[in-house]
Formats: sequence, C-alpha cells, structure tokens
Amino acid sequence: MALRVLVGVKRVIDYAVKIRVKPDNMGVVTEGVKHSMNPFDEIAVEEAVRLREKKLVKEIIAVSCGPKQSQETLRTALAMGVDRGIHVEVSGAEYEGLAPFHVSKIIAKLAQEEDVNLVILGKQAIDDDCNQTGQMTAALLDWPQATFASEVKVEDSKMEVTREVDGGLETIQVSLPAVLTADLRLNEPRYATLPNIMKAKKKPIAKKTPSDLGVDVSPRVETVRVEDPPVRDAGQKVENVEELVSKLKEAGFC
Amino acid sequence: MMKSVRFVNRLQNTIVQKSAAVRPGAVAWNQIQRQKASAAQPQETAQTTSAPKSEETKSFVMGLFKGQVNSGEVFPYPEVMNEEQKATLEMLVDPTQKFFEEVNDAQKNDTLEKVEDTTMQGLREMGAFGLQVPTDLGGLGMTNTQYARLVEIVGESDLGVGITLGAHQSIGFKGIILYGTPEQKEKYLPSLASGEKMAAFCLTEPASGSDASSIRTKAVLSEDGKHFLLNGSKIWISNGGLAEVFTVFAQTPVTDSEGNTQDKITAFIVERSFGGVSNGPPEKKMGIKASNTAEVYFEDVKIPRENLLGEVGEGFKVAMMILNNGRFGMGAALGGTMKGLIKKAVEHAAGRKQFGGTIDTYGAIQEKLARMATLQYVNESMAYLLCSNMDSGSKEFQLEAAISKIFASEAAWFVADEAIQICGGMGYMKDFGLERVMRDLRIFRIFEGTNDILRLFVSLTGLQSAGKHLQGLQKAMRNPAGNIGVIMDEANKRAKRMVGLNSGPSLNQYVHPDLQESATKAATSIEEFGVAVEGLLVKHGKKVVDKQFFLWRVADASIDIYSMVATLSRASRSLSENAPAAEHEKQICQLWCSEASERVTRNLKAIRSSESAANFGRLASISQQLVQNGATVPEHPLKC
Repeated sequence: MALRVLVGVKRVIDYAVKIRVKPDNMGVVTEGVKHSMNPFDEIAVEEAVRLREKKLVKEIIAVSCGPKQSQETLRTALAMGVDRGIHVEVSGAEYEGLAPFHVSKIIAKLAQEEDVNLVILGKQAIDDDCNQTGQMTAALLDWPQATFASEVKVEDSKMEVTREVDGGLETIQVSLPAVLTADLRLNEPRYATLPNIMKAKKKPIAKKTPSDLGVDVSPRVETVRVEDPPVRDAGQKVENVEELVSKLKEAGFC
Repeated sequence: MMKSVRFVNRLQNTIVQKSAAVRPGAVAWNQIQRQKASAAQPQETAQTTSAPKSEETKSFVMGLFKGQVNSGEVFPYPEVMNEEQKATLEMLVDPTQKFFEEVNDAQKNDTLEKVEDTTMQGLREMGAFGLQVPTDLGGLGMTNTQYARLVEIVGESDLGVGITLGAHQSIGFKGIILYGTPEQKEKYLPSLASGEKMAAFCLTEPASGSDASSIRTKAVLSEDGKHFLLNGSKIWISNGGLAEVFTVFAQTPVTDSEGNTQDKITAFIVERSFGGVSNGPPEKKMGIKASNTAEVYFEDVKIPRENLLGEVGEGFKVAMMILNNGRFGMGAALGGTMKGLIKKAVEHAAGRKQFGGTIDTYGAIQEKLARMATLQYVNESMAYLLCSNMDSGSKEFQLEAAISKIFASEAAWFVADEAIQICGGMGYMKDFGLERVMRDLRIFRIFEGTNDILRLFVSLTGLQSAGKHLQGLQKAMRNPAGNIGVIMDEANKRAKRMVGLNSGPSLNQYVHPDLQESATKAATSIEEFGVAVEGLLVKHGKKVVDKQFFLWRVADASIDIYSMVATLSRASRSLSENAPAAEHEKQICQLWCSEASERVTRNLKAIRSSESAANFGRLASISQQLVQNGATVPEHPLKC
C-alpha cells in the first residue's frame, strides 16, 4: 500500500542565532534575523522522503502555517524531495497568537482534505518548545499517535515505531492512518542541494487561509511578558565534601 | 624577458610616436557639463566626441587612460539581477553556507592535502561543479553575479576547495563554454557539471610562465588530417592529477597565404582516455594544499580533429579570454576570505583584555581593524561591479578584471597579516585557523597572471588605447578645416588646463551629496592621471613599454582611481537608499578616497620628478650589481 503523507514544516529563528528580546518585552526580535526550517521538521521531511525512496509512499505534501516567508521553508522541503506544498497564510497579530491549538486544527483538516494516511511532524518546534501539535492533531483526527519516534517501520497498514521515552526505548505498533512525531535520532536530514533547489522552483505551492479551512485562529493565549533567562550566577569553589554538603544544606538542596 | 610578452610586441607597433604626437587635453570638461543636463542617462552621453575615430569603449579604466570619464558602467552602482535571479540566489545562499559550515572541514583538508572524499561527493551533489553550465546541459546556469556570490562563501570557508572548484569550472572547462561547438558542449559539459569528471587548464610549462606565448608543447596534424599528435609537458596544473578533461595549449605549424610556415598556439580538448596522458605526483605546496597540483605529460596523444577548441592558431586568444573571463570570481571569493578573517580578528579584539581594557579600545588595534574593513569593502565594491558589468554584456572588462584580481589578492594578504597580528601569539598557532588562510592566500598574487604582469598589462593596454586616441587627433590635425570642432575641443581643454581654469572632470552629479568632497578628490585624481599618461606618451613614445618603473606606478594609480569610483558608487547607493549601514559606508568611502587620492598624486609625481628618476636608476643599478655578484654586495659590517 503506497501511502500519502502530510508533513508539517515550521519556519523558526535559526538555531545558531542569538535570540534577543524586544525592548517592549512582548516577544523576541524576528526582523532581519535568519530563519530556517525547524530542525525536528527537517527530520520529519527526511523520514517521509526515505519512506518514498523505499517505495512505501506515493506522494508527500508539506504544509507550513505562517507569514509569506514560510514559503521559503516550503521550498526547502520541496528541495529535499517533497512533491508539493500548501502555504496556510497567517500573519501579523494572528500569527503572533498562533498556537498548537490552531495549527493542529489546520493540519487535521488538511489531512482529511488531502486524504493522507500518515501525518509526520517534528516532536516540537525550537522556538516555542510546545510539543503539542502532533498529539492534538491525532486527537482531532481520532487517529493513533506515535510520538518521539527514533525508528519507523511501515508494514502494510501498520507501523512499528520505536519511541524515545524517559526510561529508554519503547516499541509500539499503530495502525494507519496515524500521526507520527520525529525525535532527534530518527535520521540525519539530507542537505538541500542546489540542483534540487532549482528543480523545487517548479513544484507547486498552493495558498490557503485558515478561514478556507474553517479554522478560527483568534488567539486563546495572552502573552504577558517575555524576558531573557536570568544570567547564571558565578559558582563557588569548595575545598572538600563536608563543605559541599553544608552549602547544599544551606541552600535547602539536601 | 618581458619584451617577449606578446601584448608588449603588439603595443610597440601601435603606441604613438613621440615626435608626431599632438597634445590633447586630458579631460572632456565640456562634455561633462553637457552630461549634467542629462544625468539621468549617463550611459548615452558618456562617450565623448573628442576622441575621433578611436574605438568605442565603455570601460571606465580604458577611458581613464584617454582622459575620459566613462561613467556608464560605474554609476549608478549596477543591479543586474532580475527578481527571479535574485530570488533563486537567495534560496541558494543559505544551503551553500550550511554545507561549508557543517560538512567541509578546511583544517582537515589541509592536513590530508586533499579535499575529503565525503566533501567531494557532497560538492558533486550540491551541483558545485557546474554552477555556470547551462541548465539544459546539467548545470545550474548561473550568471557571473550569482556565481560570485556563491564562491564568496567558498572563499570564506576553504580556499583549497575554492581552487579545486575554480580550476575545474573557472578555467578548466571555461574554454568549452566560451569557444566549444554545440557538439563539444553536449559531449563534455554534462559529465563535467555533475563533477563525475574533473577538468584542468594546461598552459604553464617549465620554461613558459608569464610569457605564455613561448610554450613548447607541440601538436602536429597527422598526414590523413584526422587527428593531431600532441607531445609536451605542463607544470603546476591544478587538478592535474584528478582531471579527465584538459584544455591544452600547444604550438601547431600554421602556413599562411604566402606559404610561410610558423608555429602558432592552438587550444585543444584532451581526454585522459585518449591514451598517452599521465601526471606526476601531487606537488608539495605552501598553501591551498587541499587542491591537487601536478605535472601533466602528453606523449603521442592522438587528439581527434573535432577536439580543436576554437580555430587553429587562435589558441593565445582563447587562453587570454578564458583567463580574463575566469578572473572575476577571485575578487568575490577573497572578499569572503576577508570577511572571515575580520570576524575572527574582531572577536579576539573585543574579548582580549590587556592593560585593563579590551584591546579593541586602543588606537593601534582600531587602525588595523578599520583598514581591514575598508579594504574588504572596497574590494567587494569592485568585485560585484565587475561581474555586474560582465552580466550586462560588457565586452571590454579585462582591465577591470585585472585590477580586481590584483587588489583582491593584495588586500586579502594584508587583512590576513593584520588579523594574525591582532590575535598575536594565538594567531600564529595552527589550530586557530589563521595561518592556513595566510598560506592559502599567498598563491593568489602569483597565479592566473602574476600581479606584476597584470600591472604591466593594465598600464600597457591602457597606454595603447591612449596612444590610439592621440593618433586620432593627429589625423584630425592633418585636415584641420574638416575637424575644426574636434581640434577646438582639445585646444580649449588644453588652454583651460594651462591657465588653471579647468577644474577637471566632475563626478559630483553621480555621487550622493554627502560624498561630494570625496568625489572631488577622485575627480582630481582622474585629471592628474590623464595629464600624466599624456606626458608619459609624449616624453617616451613607444619606448614607454620598457619603462617598468613608470608602468608600475601608472598601474597603481589606475587601481586607486577605479577603486575610489567603485566605492563612491556603492556608498552613494547605500546613502540614497538609506541603507542601515550607510553612515558606516560613508566613513569608509571618505577614508578610502582621501588616502587613495594622495597615493595617486604621489605615484604620478614619481613619473615626472627627477628625484624619482634618480631613485629608479639606483634601484636598477643596485639590482644589477646583486645579480652580478650572485648575493648581497657589501662586505660584512664586522669585516669577518
């Protein structure tokens, strides 16, 4: 059975950028800052492309919710081997308030519209670290979920997934259709090569809005304040174990 | 030795005779005034009529030698990419950067003395071997500007990889792109673009370096006329040990219409698989160790006739075209190198505490950092001006390309040297990564035309065109009645200059108001340059080709002037667009124009002053005595 896969790709501030908080403490500086695809989403795309290379997948569709520049992220996905893209344009204040609650609704709706059997998402985005979209999408679709995947085997209409859990590795079997979220060790994503980037220019990107999909994206969460993490205080050197223990006691750690 | 360089020979025939020279004015002052009225389209009016019958040239530097301001190619700062080309380039920059940051390991390549296999494979997949090959033949079809932007990333990361890629596509198979027949292109370009096969450019021989026309490798047509038999050896061939496809230059006997047979250079496409092609071991080098350099031997290699590249006997032209066309990438690549060096130096200076403050707060370090940034900016301004001009169809960019190569290689050397100086002992350590860059950089002043030869090339080509300009006036003088306008123009300018009425050419109409003072300095330099060139030609006539002490200084002055103009143009654009760094760029531009114009004055004065003449005499004499003695001449101060 050849699957149809939907992959979510989020445009985030590049992992190498030093994040700066806006002077009004209501967010971080994004203008003029390098953005790239959320690294976990890259892993998700890579997994989809590998499944297709194994002839298990027929078509891969990538979706990105965000401002106009999200198309660049979609182009990267297309250059990595995705067949076509869907850009759900959300910008301005709506984009600032966009949360997993909205995105999972959008993805669930698209999964139905596009009649896919598998949704692959990154386990979380490196900007908000929510780690919710995959789970919510599965709930909305009422599909099984296999999160934090570090190995995936597809057989017929089932999928065997090794999950990274706190205690070690857990292997589960889910039946398709299902939602999969990619963990760090699932694979090493390929580079978008220049010839593939050029070819990707010709691949289609469809444009949609949340209202096209019947999704209300009005914010449900209000940001009160954004702050830099506190600067780490200088440490102290201790002479011996007794001193260490007494210091820990003083601080209430033991 | 220099006299045998072919362009010098050509020059001797064309430089105007001293006795017959007419003194033209150097500057088309009134034309400039006219231009002011229609400054919106400077291209249309830049050509002055005061150079009768001289060849049309849009080249700024070529015009400079004739005392003209050809503003069309330099003002305003060109933007040649269309929206789509720009968008494509934007998509390619990040992945290329990422590849070089995460996959390529410059230090490791340097130690291994080869580009790591995984990197090579990655580069093939990236499409890096066929950036400018047309898309229908498997390449990326990039313009010169797009190519330059990507090699800038390579230059920042690893010059050894840069040479491997450059020797392949910038010169190795450039000849096939420029002169190849459709069949040759179809046959060779796809496998070269994919990196499945590597290419190399084979010109240099043991006895033939800068004097390229003296090569001895020979190709003789077989009796049945079906193939050439190639014999000879080439040295210092980049990719020589890796290449499958070679662009080879060899002497072939050519019989002219009068039946005289003479050896002339012809270019060929040679495949290793033809048989008889072998190479020596990789050379041990100071830098760019990751790139392969080897001797290549040709022993009775049978080249099919259809592998002629260009016409029989046209090989010298083919070689020069390839080199002229390949040179532009160097300015951009070394711009990237300088950026990387500056980043390291700044990081160190801002973090290193001595005498109670970080060293970036001390003037000694500030001067170094500021000069490094200035050279980087000036170089970048010229490099992208050059490839923009090439992309918009300029045919005459060889002087600008030579200047950009000279400037980039010397600026990068200075920047590397100062970066190491700022980092002190740390900078000298191998693991810090700067010493490799310095070793890698050294070759850039030597290869693809040494900077010394390129300086003479700039001066002599420029003087040749100035000579033609003078000849044109000379002809006009033979029929004064018919050319009265031309002669009056020149006479006017000359008279104005003599009585100090002529304020020289003006660049003010092209330059942002904040940079008027700098523009005036550049304009004064242009005026001085025209006068000096005229004086040099009038005084020495065709003997000027032997005056290398003068030619060197003329070249330096032209480099300074072109760099001022490029910088003024770019900084003006930034100021008028209110670019975020516009004020910073303004300062750089002001600093550069101030110091460069002083250097121009000094260099040009040296051409006229008797004191300089005496020093040139001393220099020649000291050197001759050294050579006679075979070592330093004076006895030891201790006399033992």
